[in-house]
Amino acid sequence: MSFRRKRGAGDSEETGEALNGFRGVRGGGATATFVPSQAAIIRSLVSQIAELVGSEALPGEPGQAEPGLTDDAFTGRAPGSPSPGPGSPGNPGDPGQPPDPLDDLARLLGQAGPATRPDDPVLARLLPDGYTGDSEAAGDFRRFTEQELRNGKAAAARTVLATLPEDGGRVRLTEEEAQVWLRALNDVRLALGVRLSITEDFDARAADLDPADPRSAYMWVYDWLTFLQETLVRALW
Amino acid sequence: MSVAPAEVERPETFEEVVPDTPWVTIVWNDPVNLMSYVTYVLQQVFGYSKRKAEKLMLDVHHKGRAVVSSGTRESMERDVEVLHGYGLWATVSHDK
Repeated sequence: MSFRRKRGAGDSEETGEALNGFRGVRGGGATATFVPSQAAIIRSLVSQIAELVGSEALPGEPGQAEPGLTDDAFTGRAPGSPSPGPGSPGNPGDPGQPPDPLDDLARLLGQAGPATRPDDPVLARLLPDGYTGDSEAAGDFRRFTEQELRNGKAAAARTVLATLPEDGGRVRLTEEEAQVWLRALNDVRLALGVRLSITEDFDARAADLDPADPRSAYMWVYDWLTFLQETLVRALW
Repeated sequence: MSVAPAEVERPETFEEVVPDTPWVTIVWNDPVNLMSYVTYVLQQVFGYSKRKAEKLMLDVHHKGRAVVSSGTRESMERDVEVLHGYGLWATVSHDK
């Protein structure tokens, strides 16, 4: 596991209140302020998660995301390449929103999911095996749980998109929304962590990476998201 | 409900509710999940005190893994499913 030792390069920008990350609000929930570039980064990354986990979703299933706004960090698509479709507002993952009947229908039709672990290491981390050393049990577990897990992660990403304005600004989250944000930020960090080969010693890994390596630009993004998630946990405690 | 006769053979179905060797949910260490987040998740999912959740988190961190719950296979599968939703690396295991 990891913990946040110090502030990273991402915090030292002219980022105003976002320097402080999230803080708790009276009556539950959390608030933070984002400059437009920060909002764009978060929106882009959670969109990519939604796209990644939604890519094998059932037809008509939510789980499709906006096209990435910047370079795709982990979907492996070229920036701006076609995406399955626009994100749908008012989806079942949004706290306080009624469930989407189409979503229920898809679940009812109950097409069993795949039984094998995804080849893509990012997807394999987001959708891990439920058993070790028992491929039959792992396959059964995956068949019955993977689609729901994908749906939940896509829904969490959409909640972030629905609560974080494109041009940033102050975000106020209910406690429920804040918990969904925690999961969505964690999914982004898990995905980046695989792509960046993050180890428990972040500083050593950062020093290790050739500055010419295109992944080095994502190191500070990862570090900033770590900081943001840490402040959100503390805001909810 | 009916009154049971004085002498009765123990019905076969009783065998099934006798607890099997318990199954467990294991959380594995990974380099990304934050120590604070893992503690928070264990509190949220299992209703553990912060103290207990922190102890389990530290076990995961230092020993590479920890048993975070035990019970029937079905309930362990539910726990693992929930933990996967939070992004923790968890598996079901038979406690031998």
